[in-house]
Amino acid sequence: MTVVSGFGPRDWGSHPPYIDPGYKSTPLRGPTKPLIPLKATLSELTGPVYGHESVGRLDADLTKNGARNGEPLGERIVVTGQVLDERGRPVPDTLVEVWQANAAGRYVHVVDQHAAPLDPNFFGGGRCVTDSEGRYRFYTVKPGAYPWGNHHNAWRPNHIHFSLFGPSYLTRLVTQMYFPGDPLLDLDPIFLATPERARARLVAAFSLDATEPEFALGYAFDIVLRGAIATPMED
Amino acid sequence: MADMLGQTPSQTVGPYFAYGLTPQQYGYPLKEIASGRLADRGVEGERIRIEGRVFDGKGAPIPDAMIEIWQADARGRYAHPADPRGSNADFRGFGRFGTGTDPEFRFAFETVKPGATGDGQAPHVNVVVFMRGLLVHAFTRLYFSDEAVANASDPVLATVPEDRRRTLIAARHDGSTGVVYRFDIHMQGDDETVFFDA
Repeated sequence: MTVVSGFGPRDWGSHPPYIDPGYKSTPLRGPTKPLIPLKATLSELTGPVYGHESVGRLDADLTKNGARNGEPLGERIVVTGQVLDERGRPVPDTLVEVWQANAAGRYVHVVDQHAAPLDPNFFGGGRCVTDSEGRYRFYTVKPGAYPWGNHHNAWRPNHIHFSLFGPSYLTRLVTQMYFPGDPLLDLDPIFLATPERARARLVAAFSLDATEPEFALGYAFDIVLRGAIATPMED
Repeated sequence: MADMLGQTPSQTVGPYFAYGLTPQQYGYPLKEIASGRLADRGVEGERIRIEGRVFDGKGAPIPDAMIEIWQADARGRYAHPADPRGSNADFRGFGRFGTGTDPEFRFAFETVKPGATGDGQAPHVNVVVFMRGLLVHAFTRLYFSDEAVANASDPVLATVPEDRRRTLIAARHDGSTGVVYRFDIHMQGDDETVFFDA
């Protein structure tokens, strides 16, 4: 028998730093003192458990869960992928929460004042759960780019926000999925704050396999969480 | 380790998380998986409220942070398969709350005070901070001011420089409306909260 005794460390070479001068909100919000190493206890080896019971009937179809009198405008897409740990093992039955702008680049959030239209048939938030092989899938429309106030003529690339728990609180991940070939990626301080060698992991791949004929373009986006370290136990 | 897959990088939660992650709190039409209310009346334990604000490097309260908490039940048990004891069936131990709906930008959790987990740690709550301008979530812990003896022998607090431990201690107030623990989070400055590399 084995028990999980910990998780591999957060690979700081793959994650952005707390302070990145190009992303102007970070200098006053990121911690400045060194993090204190914490050896995982039961409090970290556990974490919130949300499975299939936490997903409603339309939660994984953003083209339907905000519909009032028709379908949302935009390019219908299906986003799918596998949630894995660093050793390539699937992460089953874990919640994947997503939120995004509509096809015109507008969020329903009241703080978003971008002068692009709201879509009465698109809400933009949803969730799904990975299956026994760690695979997830949801339907949506491709989000639009939108301007933001970081610097003159700053535009966020098309992206979908993701939030995952994984098997413990140490595997918690909030990230963003980008789209291949987006010219705004090379100009975006948030994407560029990510170490160069890890940036490609944030960009989905167009997938003809995932594409559904006569219906929706497919994008594949695998997500890799920290991996469990198992220790043999005497029975 | 060359055969390891690379971790997917963290990105900021951004300013517009509310309708995806805390929709009901902010009035959006999507059922939320968690809220600031962790325990209903029937749950065993001392009922407490944890509240506080998140401050930026200029000392201004942050209106668009999201706080998550994870805690044991009143007997120190976690609702997770790694805790073989299991937890109070009516208590999941997870809360999530945005700072944007309170006029003073407070977060607030209605919960029960966690018990000691039985492994030498003082009663505590794991706290995770997300916000626009934070590219990787920040991990901290909340301890209780009325647990001075247990805190003094807590193995995690022992790793924190003594002059910074106070940033992890929530101050208890016994008021007419119940027990409130005040826990402000300072992202920077002289009072910068201790954040962990967990």
